[in-house]
Amino acid sequence: MVSDVLEIRDLATHFMTRAGVVKAVDGVSLTVGRGEVLGLVGESGSGKSVTGYSIMGLVDPPGRVVGGSIKLEGEELVGMDNDSLRHVRGKKIAMIFQDPMMTLNPVLRIDTQMTEAILAHENVSKKAALARAQQALERVGIPAAAERLKSYPHQFSGGMRQRVAIATALLNQPAVIIADEPTTALDVTIQSQILAEIQQLCREMGTALIWITHDLTVVAGLAQRIAVMYAGRVVETGLVDEVLDDPLHPYTRGLLGSLPSAAIAGQPLDQIPGSTPSLGRLPPGCAFSPRCRDATEICRQEAPVNRYFSNGRQARCHHPLSTIALVATTSDT
Amino acid sequence: MSQSNPTVATPVEPALVKQETPWRQFVRTFLEDRVAVTGLMMLLLIIITAILAPWITPQNPYDLGTVDLMDSRIPPGEQTMEGYTAWLGTDGVGRDLYSAILYGLRISLMVGVVSGLIAASFGMCVGLIAAYAGGKVEALIMRIVDLQLSLPTILVALILVAALGKGVDKIIFALVVVQWAYYARTVRGTALVERNKEYVEAAQSLGLSKTRVIFRHILPNCLAPVIVVLTVQTAHAISLEATLSFLGVGLPQTEPSLGVLIANGFQYMMSGRYWISVFPGLALLFTIVSINLVGDRIRDVLNPRLEK
Repeated sequence: MVSDVLEIRDLATHFMTRAGVVKAVDGVSLTVGRGEVLGLVGESGSGKSVTGYSIMGLVDPPGRVVGGSIKLEGEELVGMDNDSLRHVRGKKIAMIFQDPMMTLNPVLRIDTQMTEAILAHENVSKKAALARAQQALERVGIPAAAERLKSYPHQFSGGMRQRVAIATALLNQPAVIIADEPTTALDVTIQSQILAEIQQLCREMGTALIWITHDLTVVAGLAQRIAVMYAGRVVETGLVDEVLDDPLHPYTRGLLGSLPSAAIAGQPLDQIPGSTPSLGRLPPGCAFSPRCRDATEICRQEAPVNRYFSNGRQARCHHPLSTIALVATTSDT
Repeated sequence: MSQSNPTVATPVEPALVKQETPWRQFVRTFLEDRVAVTGLMMLLLIIITAILAPWITPQNPYDLGTVDLMDSRIPPGEQTMEGYTAWLGTDGVGRDLYSAILYGLRISLMVGVVSGLIAASFGMCVGLIAAYAGGKVEALIMRIVDLQLSLPTILVALILVAALGKGVDKIIFALVVVQWAYYARTVRGTALVERNKEYVEAAQSLGLSKTRVIFRHILPNCLAPVIVVLTVQTAHAISLEATLSFLGVGLPQTEPSLGVLIANGFQYMMSGRYWISVFPGLALLFTIVSINLVGDRIRDVLNPRLEK
């Protein structure tokens, strides 16, 4: 096993709203190894994006990280003062956002936006920064990079803008990149190009990648490990092939079942009944129990603890689907 | 390098999206409206003549040596004792009105633009800080803005100028005080929208400092509505200055602005010497109308709802 570059323990991010405390992230534990690609999967509102923002320290009020620990290369990020955190952001962790049409500032030229990312962290000359920005653009496959640096965002197409965003994220050779559904807004051909490129680049540079998405097919081709989130908790983690072939948690099975490829043409998709519960009013016991086919009395009364299975797999379920060996049970509610 | 990564597909999408720059688009759309173009030409003419005043006028109304009391109240188009023709007549102390109007325009435009720019800069900073800080800071700032906007502009300006005394600098100060709140409110509104856009989050995720995010990323995106407010408020400032001067608390007699000229002619109105008040009044009217025509068009062009 590679050494962990990012280690998250019991992360809790709550939003203090007028309607009460919304536990968007409630006890999430994740580890990401050096150069590893982790797919963070879940429905809308499952807390996957908030987990990403929590790592970046960019949770806006009324949200707040209320507990747990985030260790980046051994350095604790939770509770770190804003100024020190600023030097971690963009330098050691970078983020790529969902909509490439929105992530570049429309009024600033590409060179300004890229060089300031370097100059915010390093004391190098403007010229050196510009040269590095050009290299980064070339690396993500943008032709005539020197000229394109002088362009404004509106002169780029969506795919090209996402390439610029990726190049910017890679500028300071961060240890971890958090990608929040970066290909969702792109059309499918561009999506696969970008996926291939980012995979390649992360491999070359040894950058770990947390890929936040709701698209299991993307994760299947990209990630080594997968973490499935539901209602602010990680319900299942493990190697991507094992989890997708042989899911432990009924929710993972439900997600897989709702993929069109798994269904026979003409037949309705096997969807999960109901919808994601409101995070402010979670059912007692297992959050998934009202929608779960296999739920029993215990599921409705007691929240399942994290169980460890062979091959490093984990699941939070009273009735895991597979028969693979159970290794240990924790009580980290 | 390219040999070793066959997985990286060559981009098939067009690399460069050919598109008009926003500035070109703005200019083109602006020029589509004939009324606005007329307004712009009028405004340019006024600005140019005001700038060129010392070279195209027969008299310097500030230089009392060139003002001859014998020339007072000469009707438009007649010869003066000094030898030039007073095309717009002369006022009660023998100032050539054509010269006085051009010099007055210089002061009026200067006061309007300078106070507008200072108020805009100050108001923008306050508005940005309010929007970015949020919470109690924002509430406090915006209540001060509300308070400021609830007081009648002319009254506040009148009291300030009465307390401070006459002079261009005092007038500008008073105008800044009564105007900054408009900018603060406008900028705060726009900045609240802008700060929730993804590019701000992206800028923060790059580890940029707060000041850089505020002033380098958010501010330029808030400028469009500020430009609209700036044109409208400049026109407003010019008329406000004229009002104060007309009431006798603005600029001194030795620096005649348009308001002072109108006030001077006021006493002669009933005796048939209409020109002393009417011509400066027309100059003021044309200035403000042309600025407003330009401002209205800018507002229409920059309005995203009317786009495309």
